[in-house]
Amino acid sequence: MTISQKPIILETILTINNLTKKFGRLTAVKDLSFTIHKGNVYGILGPNGSGKSTTLGIVLNVVNKTKGDFHWFDGNTTTHDALKQVGAIIERPNFYPYMTAEQNLKLVCRIKEVDKSKIDEKLDVVGLLDRKHHKFSSYSLGMKQRLAIASALLNDPEILILDEPTNGLDPQGIHQIRQIIKDIAASGTTILLASHLLDEVEKVCSHVVVLRKGEKLYSGRVDEMINSHGFFELKAEKHDELLKVLDVHSNIGKVKVEGELITAFLNEPMSASEFNKTMFEQGIFLSHLVKRKESLEEQFLQLTDKK
Amino acid sequence: MLRLVQLELQKLWLNRVSRILIFISFILPFTVLILSSIKINFFNFFTLELGELGIFNFPIIWHITTFFASYFKFFFAIVVVSMIGNEYSNKTLKQNLIDGLSKKEFILSKFYTIVFFSLAATLLIGIATFVIGMYYSSYTEASIIFREIEFLLAYGVKLIGFFSLCLFFGMLVKRSAFALAFLVILYIVEWLVFWAAYYFTGTTDAAFKVKNFMPLESMYNLINQPIQRIAMTKFPEKNDLAYDYAVHWYEIAIVLGWTAIFVSLSYQLLKKRDL
Repeated sequence: MTISQKPIILETILTINNLTKKFGRLTAVKDLSFTIHKGNVYGILGPNGSGKSTTLGIVLNVVNKTKGDFHWFDGNTTTHDALKQVGAIIERPNFYPYMTAEQNLKLVCRIKEVDKSKIDEKLDVVGLLDRKHHKFSSYSLGMKQRLAIASALLNDPEILILDEPTNGLDPQGIHQIRQIIKDIAASGTTILLASHLLDEVEKVCSHVVVLRKGEKLYSGRVDEMINSHGFFELKAEKHDELLKVLDVHSNIGKVKVEGELITAFLNEPMSASEFNKTMFEQGIFLSHLVKRKESLEEQFLQLTDKK
Repeated sequence: MLRLVQLELQKLWLNRVSRILIFISFILPFTVLILSSIKINFFNFFTLELGELGIFNFPIIWHITTFFASYFKFFFAIVVVSMIGNEYSNKTLKQNLIDGLSKKEFILSKFYTIVFFSLAATLLIGIATFVIGMYYSSYTEASIIFREIEFLLAYGVKLIGFFSLCLFFGMLVKRSAFALAFLVILYIVEWLVFWAAYYFTGTTDAAFKVKNFMPLESMYNLINQPIQRIAMTKFPEKNDLAYDYAVHWYEIAIVLGWTAIFVSLSYQLLKKRDL
């Protein structure tokens, strides 16, 4: 008996090549390319009007592309068939207001051609099982959004696409939705999350695509987003001497002074204790030393400011 | 195909307004048919019995019931335009596509439902006409009973054509009320075409020939009004009453042609649109 060994290949879920969308004279998406691999959590980050929703609309078959192409999985399935293996919610939850939660999900099952047996299970995941016989029109926005997630999960999708899932929700609702997303991510489902909320992406995503005015500024891992080794926040009694030392130190690049506080940006990797030792050898005693990396927000602002 | 019909039926049946409208569009013609077939006694002053006029005789009964029943199509027309309008206003059209329905399947599920209801309506009218005819008709030989059964076919085609037109208007303007207004506009446009044709050809005959190709007129032509025919049977000596009321193959072909155009235009519209 032989056991055939499967080669480990990175399964692609979605490939986008040079995608462009024009609305009249406005270019909403410009020459965009990126690939989504199985098992990662992706964020699409960009200010409002940067082309996030348009990009998702194109790959979800509701917006027509102007140029370029995209394909789902290995490219051998039609878009609408591929979408049966995708779970997606966009902007606002859209359901038939006169149907109950259960009836709405039954309809989705019919469209996706999946068995109705999962309805209760998925309603339980989002905590709506006891409201399943209530009409959709009687739901609060948070409940509607949770129903949308249940609906997107019905087919145990290969990828879950969420466009601004916490938009317009109260803090409690936001918390619930984020917890659900985290749980789903933990179960190994690939997620694509579009948001203009940086901390949302930072908390959930491993990879990020940054868009501005329809153009891709960055795509890759969140922690590699900026070529940066972090920075030190420093205070010392010998303020001026410290500045002089920093000025000639080979590892330190830019230095920023705000009153007492000195911010020194690193050119090369260096640990805080190593730095402390060097300072000590120079006879400078630090009263304050913190090593930090830019938060995603700072990185994002740096990126979007550049161009 | 069954899946697409089931899909649409669920959407329609769970909606109270469309359920009531469907109910009306099926029940009302029957009530009218049955009420008109019974003898009504007005406080002993006089009795009204339409059956005595001979309108429930085979084969003319096929012509009469299908003509009057087709007026009840407006109830289902409201259902058709609102089933498009609601999908736009609830944004469920967008969600349906995202869930994996193709644009073609979306249009087809609407069209199949239209065909399904038209066939059901035709079948019911057929049965009711047959039963009432068997009860009242002076002639019940098989050859006479089924002589003008093509009016049933014309009725079915007329419904499918008309609802396809409503489907197209629904897709075009996305709002139910506006779509119904477009029907009125189309009616006016057809008369404008008639006057234009009259202006160029100089005869009403030729102008009517042009108008016969227009959607609403071609549907109307499938089943011409039967009043004149009843009059003909009462006054057989008046030759100037004679007119062509038969169902012709080319009349059916024109309506089927329009049906194909409306359904494919609806699809093209949806394909081009960004939702």
